Amino acid sequence: MALKTTRQAINEALAMEMRRDKRVVVIGEDVSGGAGTDGSRDAYGGVLGVTRGLLGEFGDSRVIDTPITESAIMGAAAGAAATGLRPVAELMFCDFLGVCFDQLLNQAAKFRYMFGGKVKTPLVVRTMIGAGRGAAAQHSQSLYQMFTAVPGLKVVVPSNAYDAKGLLIEAIRDDDPVIFCEHKLVYDLKSEVPDEAYRIPFGEANIVRDGEDVTIVALSRMVHFSAEAADVLAKEGIDCEIIDPRTTSPLDADTIAESVERTGRLVIVDESTPRCGVAGDIAAIIGERCFRDLKAPIRRVTAPHTPVPFSPVLEKLYIPDALRIAEAVRQTVAYAR
Amino acid sequence: MSADLVAVTMPRWGLTMTEGKVVGWLKAEGDAVEAGDELLEIETSKITSVSEATASGVLRRIVAKDGMTLPVGALLAVIGPAEAEVDAFIGGFEVIAAEEEAEDTGPVLREIEAGGQRIRVAEAGEGGVPVVLIHGFGADLGSWMFNQPVLAQKRRVIALDLPGHGASGKELGGADDAALSGVVVAVLAELGVSRAHLVGHSLGGGIAAAVAIRHPGLAASLTLIAPVGLGAEINVGFIDGFLRAQRRKEVAEVLTLLVRDPELIGRSMVEDVLRFKRLDNVGEALAAIAAAWFADGRQTVALGEAISGLGIPVQVIWGAHDRIIPAAQAETLRGQATVNVLGLSGHVPHMEQSGEVNRLIERFIGLPG
Repeated sequence: MALKTTRQAINEALAMEMRRDKRVVVIGEDVSGGAGTDGSRDAYGGVLGVTRGLLGEFGDSRVIDTPITESAIMGAAAGAAATGLRPVAELMFCDFLGVCFDQLLNQAAKFRYMFGGKVKTPLVVRTMIGAGRGAAAQHSQSLYQMFTAVPGLKVVVPSNAYDAKGLLIEAIRDDDPVIFCEHKLVYDLKSEVPDEAYRIPFGEANIVRDGEDVTIVALSRMVHFSAEAADVLAKEGIDCEIIDPRTTSPLDADTIAESVERTGRLVIVDESTPRCGVAGDIAAIIGERCFRDLKAPIRRVTAPHTPVPFSPVLEKLYIPDALRIAEAVRQTVAYAR
Repeated sequence: MSADLVAVTMPRWGLTMTEGKVVGWLKAEGDAVEAGDELLEIETSKITSVSEATASGVLRRIVAKDGMTLPVGALLAVIGPAEAEVDAFIGGFEVIAAEEEAEDTGPVLREIEAGGQRIRVAEAGEGGVPVVLIHGFGADLGSWMFNQPVLAQKRRVIALDLPGHGASGKELGGADDAALSGVVVAVLAELGVSRAHLVGHSLGGGIAAAVAIRHPGLAASLTLIAPVGLGAEINVGFIDGFLRAQRRKEVAEVLTLLVRDPELIGRSMVEDVLRFKRLDNVGEALAAIAAAWFADGRQTVALGEAISGLGIPVQVIWGAHDRIIPAAQAETLRGQATVNVLGLSGHVPHMEQSGEVNRLIERFIGLPG
């Protein structure tokens, strides 16, 4: 099996689904990838090269470049989904959510419910999340907690190439709106990815590593930092189990709870801000379900409640890293009632 | 005289194993051991199994203590004569490990076109009449991880992924015994094999038998491990459960039916089955095979009579605790075949008691045909 980057895996999933189903179209800013070049189209394949090659194979009736207007992209895509297409719309940075949230929050997410189940909305919104590229406060957030808070939206936060391909194919074949959050610094990470199409069901966490002493739940890029921390902690005799929920809505709380029932300790790692976030949500669920199993307070490792700094020094401090995760785990294990 | 000392190293079971954990030693320092004796239990993320001594002598030193996780090739223990100098041997070991790694001769994987299908084969060893390994329903060539490397020390051994399985194409030309045995015959033709010892497990046993029956002269011998085709009864709960299972827990539950001791199944074996089942067209392929072989909750392909009339050596190996196909079906061939029922195995004796199964195969194909 071949090693592929997450970028390749996402590109492959898009191309395979477009080949399989003529109703699948891609729409967004610069998805045909020509802007900023000498006029040749598909020169780059979107700002980060994810949609490269699609225009050449499927043409501009299925790879639709739009003006810079997120509200129109999401509105058009939601309407197209409700009337028979299966659009994959691109919200280049999740930070732009503010200008198109009505189309998602109050339209796409509500169609099935408002129309008595007579309308399906097979819409996928691909969007970039994450700090770490020096893109400052307006292009670096991880806002999946906002999507997760909306009933009617499914939310995917893949951490690796294998999961990204299988989850994106599942998203495209799903009949409900799905927000697919791609971390900028996960694009270049490689894993073994089958050439064939495959689907990973939503709401099933991946157990990244088995362990007995403490459960670490980590999302997206944080899975890799948690694995680094677990390697260090293993040498200190602390055996970490790492769980990657893969989707925050639906959330596989069962797998997390079953793990915490064994380990009695939970550390949640989330690059998003701490207030009203996914880490707090998981902490609440596990606090309710596993109170008697817990040997220590649930600990969250998140970004601070601030905008993402532009200063590289501060940005580095902002993002949870392996050192902070390891320290949180040590404190959790050392906790004595 | 460290030349007389033999290193016991972390084995590589299967293509993806990188490290293993020492569960416990079954021999103590100072014990006399014979080649083939069970030395220690090793747990990988995929499976727990026993590693056997490859040399006879005294177990001079146990280097890897219980609970230690070590990479493939790492030194676990030293076997040799009582007077040999162990410390220098251990001190000089790392160099040897690096050299061995360089000339690692694991099975070579490739994909070939056979009978209009894309088929993945794994080849190891050379010479002699080749052995061909055919896996069971829902499995792949990796299920021979304990057998292919051992058998390949003396001859060419070919394992293949059946259509719809492993890394082979998932579109079936047909799902019945004629179609699937036809693919195996096409693979052998493509590989230039005109005569082979066929070894098949479960569904693969039925396919191996079908090859022997439909193509006289191709099979030099037949080793059937818990095969289909010898009776009507089969645990349809396993077949249906395997077809239906979508989630990790469901897969783990059905897989435990395969083995006598559920502790043997590791999480990554469950994960591998999930990854396989998620691929497009796999569900359809498996359902078609199940319909062709196990319709209405029983086996529908009867091969026993034809096997009896083959006129080639046939042996049957079965686990006494088989919960998929009852071991009693082995009795239908008693008198016509060598029958071995292994007391410590369920449905996958080639994994659960691999050393014993390897010896049975070696001994059997070594007999004059």
